[in-house]
Amino acid sequence: MGTKSAERSFLSNPLKMSQPLGGALAFLGLGGALPVFHGSQGCTSFGLVLLGRHFKESIPLQTTAMSEITSTLGGGENISAALLKIFEKGSPSIVGLLSTGLTETKGEDIVGEVRQFLKLRKETVKTPVVAVSTPDFKGGLEEGYQAAVCRIVEELVPGTAPKKPFQLNILAGSHLTVSDLDYLKEVTGRFGFEAVVLPDLSRSLDGFIPDRFAPMSMGGTTLEEIRSMGGARATLVIGKSLLPAGDLLFRKTGVPSVAISRLMGLEAFDRFLLTLSHLSGRAIPESFHRERGRLEDAMLDSHFFLGGKKAVLALEPDLLNDFAAFMKGMGVSIPLAVSPTEAPILSEVPADLVRVGDLGDVEEGAGSHRADFLATHSHGRQASQRLGIPLFRMGFPVFDRLGATHRLLIGYRGAKETLFRISNLFLAREESPDPETWYPGSSGEPVVFDDREPVPIRPVVSAQLPPPENA
Amino acid sequence: MLTQKVQEVFNEPACDHNKKKSESDRKKGCTKVAQPGAAAGGCAFDGAKIALQPIVDAAHLVHGPIACEGNSWDNRSAASSGPDLYRNGFTTDMSELDVIYGGEKRLFRAIREIVERHRPPAVFVYQTCVPALIGDDIESVSKIASETFGIPVIPVNAPGFVGGKNLGNKLAGEALLEHVIGTVEPEVSTPTDLNVIGEYNLSGELWQVKPLLDRIGIRISACLTGDARYREVASSHRARAAMLVCSKAMVNIARKMEERYGIPFFEGSFYGISDMSESLRNMARLLVSRGAPADLASRTEQVIREEEEIAWEAIRGFRKDLEGRKVLLITGGVKSWSVVSALQEAGLVVVGTSVKKSTSEDKDRIKELMGDDAHMIDSMSPMEMYAMLKEARADILLAGGRSQFVALKAKVPFVDVNQERRFAFAGYRGMVTFVHEIHRALTNPVWEALKKPAPWDPDCRTTPIF
Ligand code: SF4
Repeated sequence: MGTKSAERSFLSNPLKMSQPLGGALAFLGLGGALPVFHGSQGCTSFGLVLLGRHFKESIPLQTTAMSEITSTLGGGENISAALLKIFEKGSPSIVGLLSTGLTETKGEDIVGEVRQFLKLRKETVKTPVVAVSTPDFKGGLEEGYQAAVCRIVEELVPGTAPKKPFQLNILAGSHLTVSDLDYLKEVTGRFGFEAVVLPDLSRSLDGFIPDRFAPMSMGGTTLEEIRSMGGARATLVIGKSLLPAGDLLFRKTGVPSVAISRLMGLEAFDRFLLTLSHLSGRAIPESFHRERGRLEDAMLDSHFFLGGKKAVLALEPDLLNDFAAFMKGMGVSIPLAVSPTEAPILSEVPADLVRVGDLGDVEEGAGSHRADFLATHSHGRQASQRLGIPLFRMGFPVFDRLGATHRLLIGYRGAKETLFRISNLFLAREESPDPETWYPGSSGEPVVFDDREPVPIRPVVSAQLPPPENA
Repeated sequence: MLTQKVQEVFNEPACDHNKKKSESDRKKGCTKVAQPGAAAGGCAFDGAKIALQPIVDAAHLVHGPIACEGNSWDNRSAASSGPDLYRNGFTTDMSELDVIYGGEKRLFRAIREIVERHRPPAVFVYQTCVPALIGDDIESVSKIASETFGIPVIPVNAPGFVGGKNLGNKLAGEALLEHVIGTVEPEVSTPTDLNVIGEYNLSGELWQVKPLLDRIGIRISACLTGDARYREVASSHRARAAMLVCSKAMVNIARKMEERYGIPFFEGSFYGISDMSESLRNMARLLVSRGAPADLASRTEQVIREEEEIAWEAIRGFRKDLEGRKVLLITGGVKSWSVVSALQEAGLVVVGTSVKKSTSEDKDRIKELMGDDAHMIDSMSPMEMYAMLKEARADILLAGGRSQFVALKAKVPFVDVNQERRFAFAGYRGMVTFVHEIHRALTNPVWEALKKPAPWDPDCRTTPIF
């Protein structure tokens, strides 16, 4: 096992998504929030389209529309202009301003600029504006998301809040789906907890059809909830990438945090339930017994198809780790796991080789290791086609299948569904054997030897035999 | 008439199993009739269809209400190298009116439509319980249809209620003997022409064998009935020798073809490395005795040597992981001792094996391999099996598909060895696949995970996360 970086100086079929996109995703999980890219309009438009293709929703995302001239002179003016325009047109409850490669290249201090802006307009602007530095040229989606969540905690969570012993904070990693978030709330609820999920995409990008339309996120964690986080019993940090945000929250408020890196599969979820039982002082509710039994049965039924298979995975670090361990436990071997970016969790990923790379690496590795399937986002479809092996779509973006955000991946229930879905990939392509399956290149005709040609004759014996009865 | 046929089929002189029985027992036949309340095995119709459906270019039409074909079609894996007409489920789907007024007209129309639409070289018509009960005469309908449409229409008179699957196999054989075999003369005949009887090419197993015969120079003139074409079966009476694949299901065909056409046969198996080699040798021996070139034998030996070496080598490769793991082997038709030796070569310990269909000679071979304390099992109830697995007296169960859930509910790995399985286990390559499958099942980490107690179990050692 080891981590290795790409030796190539170019990316061949990128796996990576940009930092600002991750940042925008985090803000989209806050109620009434409006993410704004501080950069040229093109970056925003690409991000908008990609998020739209994945979530199948209209995405509120604004731009400071930097031009060639403003980029050179500095973007402070554009930030002010854009923010003023936004407040004039509507009233978002939070604005998330995310820098891009363009503005970071100039070394612009986006946080300072926003502080300046707010200071000058103390009387008129009451809406919090959270600026996050998310240069395109560093990190990827997970880092951008992490940076945004850290800044949200930093800016919006007060040091003290009324104690609420039955409140749990959940810092939700970017790898969780809408259904995962719903399920986390349901599960913690079964232990008597009320969860504040930050960010909460299950209330904004879940496809719910509202009766009004607003150019901002339609739901998500409210400001009020964010301000209550300091009074919670504990914070569950789902995904190690959000550990810095958990630490920050702890330092600010003293609420202890528990880092949960795995939620997929039997053992991972056993541990999670034990943790909740420990935190709540309650026994694990009976309702989980049946769910666990069903997963066990699904494991038995699916191990025939998964055991001994080889998978090449290419996912954001937290998802990569959880999914790899889950698959490994099902007897799938993982010759190669590719992450778009470096992350501490990569050292835990149970694959023969873990490397930072792109879909070009995935295709090459899957080819040379004769992998049986790939698991990555929709862009893996080309490699999957060329290699002739199935693609299990997960992560971001999934734009060529419906319902990606509604797939439950975590818990006994999610694991069960995942096992069935992957097994079905194989069942759908069970190949029928042909005459050359076991001996390729065999002629199909018996050799003629002893210099004797096959004889196109009636056999001699037939004369001595009785004629066929029914001839 | 049918009862007479059934009696005759039961009284099978070439079945050594049968020879050892008393006169009265013999009449009862080797298929036990299902008792009310017992979990049911397949009916005679099922057996007949299994035996004939692998004739891939023919149409197979089931005369009866929807249950017989509707509940059973498209569930077996007989493979074809070409035509796939056989995979279509054709049934007359008799209605209430047909039951009252008779279904013969409908059957005739069905045959006509199938002939017009698909132009098959032949149509097999299967009788089932309901039309048999109301007296539909499929033999006459088939005869008229055959004359009208100018192609063979073969009645297969094996309605379910006459008995089990095995009997159905035999009645299917009777249908072939009566209506098909010997009705066409072959275009070509060679001194190495061989019939393979009772091999259905499930999961393509014939193709684990045929390439070797090609290499040796043996021509399969007809396989009954795996991947067969109607014409091949119809002209199979000109072969020089035959192999009867050991399931005994089609022993009547082999014997009667010997009687009628002088085609000698031997009984053999493609399962297990030593059995496979033995079968190849017997083929060569019989063919040479019937006039094939004498060097057929040495060519056979060479192929055996090459293939055995590759297979043993591959099987030994699994030893590292499999050494000492305990196997419970409950096979149906497969001769177990032949498989036992391959398992032992892979380092596995066979803690029990079924001998239900083994001859005393087979039993001696097992004792030779496994020692005197060889655990030979005549029959084992699911409960006993479950207990044995649960108490870890065996690490893996190799058995038929019906036992799968016994093993899985005991959280013990399982490999399917009967005919509905997904993998081909015949010949040398097949035996390697078999051991590979055992390896794949035994080394899966899922068993360990499943055996850990649930988090609410007092024995649970899993800790919360902190
Ligand atoms: S027992 Fe009779 S009715 Fe039932 S499936 Fe068999 S043939 Fe059909």
